[in-house]
Formats: sequence, structure tokens, C-alpha cells
Amino acid sequence: MDYLLTEEQVMIRDIARQIAQEKIKPVAAKYDAEGIFPWDIVKIMAASDLCGIYIEEKYGGTGGGAMELVLATEELSKACGGISLAFAATALGTFPIILFGTEEQKNKYLPDIAKGKKLAAFGLTEAGAGSDAGAIATTADKKGDHYILNGTKQWITNGGEAEVYTVIASTDRSKGARGAAAFIVEKGTKGFEFGKKEDKMGIRASATRELVFTDCKIPKENLLAKEGMGFIVAMKTFDQSRPGVAAQAVGIAQGALDLTVQYMKERKQFGKSISSFQGLQFMLADMATEIEASRALVYACARMLDSGNTKISKDSAMAKLFASDVAMKVTTDCVQLFGGYGYMRDYPIEKYMRDAKITQIYEGTNQIQRSIIANHLIKESAAK
Amino acid sequence: MNIIVCIKQVPDTTNIRIDPETNTLVRSGVQSIINPFDMYAIEEAVRLKEKFGGLVTIVTMGPPQAEEALREAISLGADEAVLISDRAFAGSDTWATSYTLSRAIQKIGKFDIIICGKQAIDGDTAQVGPGIAAFLDIPQITFVKKIEDIKDSLMRADRMTEEGYDIIESPLPCLITVVKEINEPRLPSLKGKMKAKKIEIKKLEAKDLDADPDSLGLKGSPTKVVKIFTPPPRKGGQILEGEAKEVSGKLVELLKGEICL
Repeated sequence: MDYLLTEEQVMIRDIARQIAQEKIKPVAAKYDAEGIFPWDIVKIMAASDLCGIYIEEKYGGTGGGAMELVLATEELSKACGGISLAFAATALGTFPIILFGTEEQKNKYLPDIAKGKKLAAFGLTEAGAGSDAGAIATTADKKGDHYILNGTKQWITNGGEAEVYTVIASTDRSKGARGAAAFIVEKGTKGFEFGKKEDKMGIRASATRELVFTDCKIPKENLLAKEGMGFIVAMKTFDQSRPGVAAQAVGIAQGALDLTVQYMKERKQFGKSISSFQGLQFMLADMATEIEASRALVYACARMLDSGNTKISKDSAMAKLFASDVAMKVTTDCVQLFGGYGYMRDYPIEKYMRDAKITQIYEGTNQIQRSIIANHLIKESAAK
Repeated sequence: MNIIVCIKQVPDTTNIRIDPETNTLVRSGVQSIINPFDMYAIEEAVRLKEKFGGLVTIVTMGPPQAEEALREAISLGADEAVLISDRAFAGSDTWATSYTLSRAIQKIGKFDIIICGKQAIDGDTAQVGPGIAAFLDIPQITFVKKIEDIKDSLMRADRMTEEGYDIIESPLPCLITVVKEINEPRLPSLKGKMKAKKIEIKKLEAKDLDADPDSLGLKGSPTKVVKIFTPPPRKGGQILEGEAKEVSGKLVELLKGEICL
């Protein structure tokens, strides 16, 4: 389908595609098996100017937005949903600064991220605060010119590898969600340590770790927005980043389907290619159609964001929900079409199924997405 | 440091077909790429520029569509591009090509280093690089796998040989041809691609060069292609069975008959 991309968007897509196919694909299985963080690929992305495609030119980027981000994420994810995360999760950690940062904060942090010198990460989730983000227990106490952070963030993508962390902590626990604030914390700050590296089912080339704060003293200039706005920062960030997760899902699904079509042409049973069997052809047709529908939804959502539309929560949730459910269904069917070989680690397809699962879980589970969508429907109906 | 890189647009040989009737390449539908060895030449030039400063100018001789190859080279970090194109150049062999490129390089101006890939994957002659150096009367180092140092207008480079490598020193300006061991070419960058889209490609025709018209194109090419054919497939050999003593005499007889020992 022709999505009427601009010339620059086509260039971004082509560069990301070339990196994915020439550089990521050959190492994807090894990095997955050994849990290697893809610093070599990050360097290639940086040299190709991919790291700044969603950052304004005055901060060292190339001035694109959500559409550029989803195009690149999709292409990278076709080759590996884990490796692409080093890039996509940096965007997640950077959005709070783009959306709420002061001029000083933007000038300080964005250029290095745009050049790919530094990665970023976003820290909200805790052991007792996942979907219920208002229940966070990490605290930030103001002492003079500083805040003192205490607590532990869990399952933080790019944890330990990133230099710049945007972290949600409570300045007033009695206020619940309204007592939260967002902070920028740099790696190396005293009292800021990393917990163990998680052993995950999929996206194994991505680093997932705890962020442990013990009397971690950060200057008050590192507060993003205002005290009490932490939850809003998180929600607005997710509105912006969900199309990115959705694009990751589209890429994983498309990558799996591409491999499957190729395999089905080669695999012979009953004297002919299994691609000649109508029952299996119908499966291919359904998968391709569902992937295209997700892509259309993701691109529409990204364009809405880039147009400056702020009433995006429902649409952003729909894109994430739909694309990730499609990715799970498609990759499961792709394993089915590979048959016994599909279940073996010698073949690349089972990894796509493992990688797809997380897209239904993180950045808000798909059940949370459905709640967001339903709440909007009910509110819209009441306003009529 | 000003560097000139000579590149050639070639058919992508990963999906090439030969027409069995005419024994020539089927060019329709075959994608054109920059000669893979020239990609290493471009990369080395860009690295030298990043280290020493200066300009990288890409030169190619070919039909108008060779402009695509020049734009790709710009996206990889080169600064300027020159297309040498004229019907008068058609049918050039390696002699006429080297001559034409050398005249064009004289026209382009001052340079410190000329870099070429060691050979093109279509003709496989490895003659054009050395030919250019000869026509320009400058030193050359072929099959370079590493530039060790450039200091005081002197280049020290490792030339790959079958047994190992030679360390060769040459004054600048000089020409080198490079092998794939020299570097790992980068992928295009977004800023490079944007520049490649906009850049104006300089064009040189026969009349722009101080060249002897009789030395250009088919007329200037001493090579005459008499016949092109696909060698017939090799027939299976003959296997002699039995004790060594028994068959060795037979073998000698056969060899005498076949190749007149």
C-alpha cells in the first residue's frame, strides 16, 4: 500500500531497512541467544543519522516526529524486535524531555541523544506498581536545592546501558497519582545503581534491569514539568510512544510473514510447495491483510500526533492494542506454517513469536489499552 | 587533502543472466550498482577526509544513468561528483577509458590522491587504475590493504600479495587501488542522502577535455573483441581401474597419445 511518504521519510525507511537487513539480520540469532546488547548496531544507526529523526534540528536532530520514528522502528523490528528496542526505548525515555523539558534541559540532553552518543530510558514501573501506576513507592524528597530519590524501578528497558533516565517518583505519597513528579537522572549519579539483568522470554538483545535509588541526590534543575505532574508526564509520554511499540509489533509481524512466505515456497510436501495449498494460502492472505490494517492504523496515529493533535490517547491505545494482538496471532500462525521446524531454535521463526508477546504487555497491557479506549467512548457519549 | 575516487557502475552480478543465443549479458531488468571494490575506495577516501580534511570528488565515465552511482557515493560521504559522458566515449576499452579518465582528472584540478577499486566485477581487468596513473605520470600502489601513514607528502601503504604484503612508500600525488580488506564501508546517512538528492553533478563531454579525439572510444581502443563464447562444459574424465602396476603403463600410453609426452 502506498502511504504517500515524503522523500525524507522514504530515505529514513530505506536506511533503516538497509541496517536491518545487512547489519541486524546476521547477528539477531546470536544476540538473542547470548543476550548481547547491540552497541555495534547503535553505532551504525548513529552514523546513519537515525538516532535524531524525531528530535528538532535545533537540538541536533533532523526534525521529524512520530511518523519518522514508527517507520524506522518498523523496519528495524523486521530483523529483530529486541535490537530495535535500543532505539525505540531511547525515544520513550526522551519524550518526557521533548514534551516537558525546559530550554536548558533540552539543550543539555537532546543533542547527545540525537547524535546517538547516549541512549535514554524511562522508569515508571515498580514491583507493586505496574498497570496501577499511581501506586509507585519511589520517593523524591526536596532538600534545599536537591531532591533525594529512594526506591526501586523494575523492568526498565535499556537499564544500565542508557546514560539518561527519566524517572517517575512521588514527592507526596499521600496524594497518590497527583503526588508524582518526573525527574532526569544521569547514569553515574551517586546512589543510583542497577539491579540484575532480567532473563526474558523474548527481546533478549534488549537490556531489562532494575534502577535502584538509595539516597540519590539530584539537583532540582532535573525536575521535569512541576511537582504533581509526574503522572501527566507519563501518560503524555505513552500517548507519544505507543505508536512506536505498535510499529515494533508491525515490524515483528511483517518480518515473520516475509520469512514464512519464502519458506512455504521452498518446503515441499505431497510433491509440491506447501504454498500451493489453498488452506495455507488463506492463512497467508489473512495475515497480510491484518498486518496492513495495523500499519494503516499506526501510520494514521503517528500522523495525527505530528499534526499537533493532543487528543490522541484513544487512537494511540487502539494502534498499540490492535498491532500487538495482530503480531501475536501472526507470529503464532507463522510458527504453525513452519511446522516442526518452526518449533526448533535452528529456525528463526520461533524468536518472532517470543518477541511478539511483550508488545501485548508493556507500555500498558492490552487490557489497560481497552480500558483507555472504553473510558473515552463512555466520556464521549456523555458529552454528546 | 584532495582525493579523487574513480568508480564504475556495473550490473549487480548476484542475479545476472547470459543470453545463450548471443552470449552477452542480459542487461534488461538487472539492477545497476557501484562496483563493489569501488565502495572500499569511496570509504577510504571519506575516512582520509575525516582525518586530514579536504574534499572527496567522485568521478565516473559512463552513460547518463551512471549519475545514480555518483549520487549514491555522495550519500556515503563524498563531496562532489563528476560524470564523464559522451557518445564519443562509447566502446572504450581499458586503454581508452584510462586515457579519458586521466584527461578528465587533469580538468578537475589539483589532487593529492586518486583511489580506485582494484578491479571492476564486470570486466575484471584491473587495468584502468594503473592506466590512469601511467597517463598522468604519477606513482601508483596497487592492491592496497592498509594505508599506514600519510606524512610530509609521503604515503606508506601495505600492498597485498599472494604470500603476504609489501610495505611501499610513495610521494604524493599518487594513485592507489584498494582491496576489500582495507575497510568496512559504511551505510548511507540521512544527511548524506539529502545532500545526494540536491547536489549538482558536474558533467564533462569530449569537447571539454584536452584529449586527442583519435584516442577516445572505439577508435582509441586497441583491444578488438574477435569472438565471445561460452566454453563448452568439461567432459567427464577417464578412470583407470586395477593395480597401480597394471594401469600405470596404460596411463603412459594414453598420455602419449593425448598430449604427446
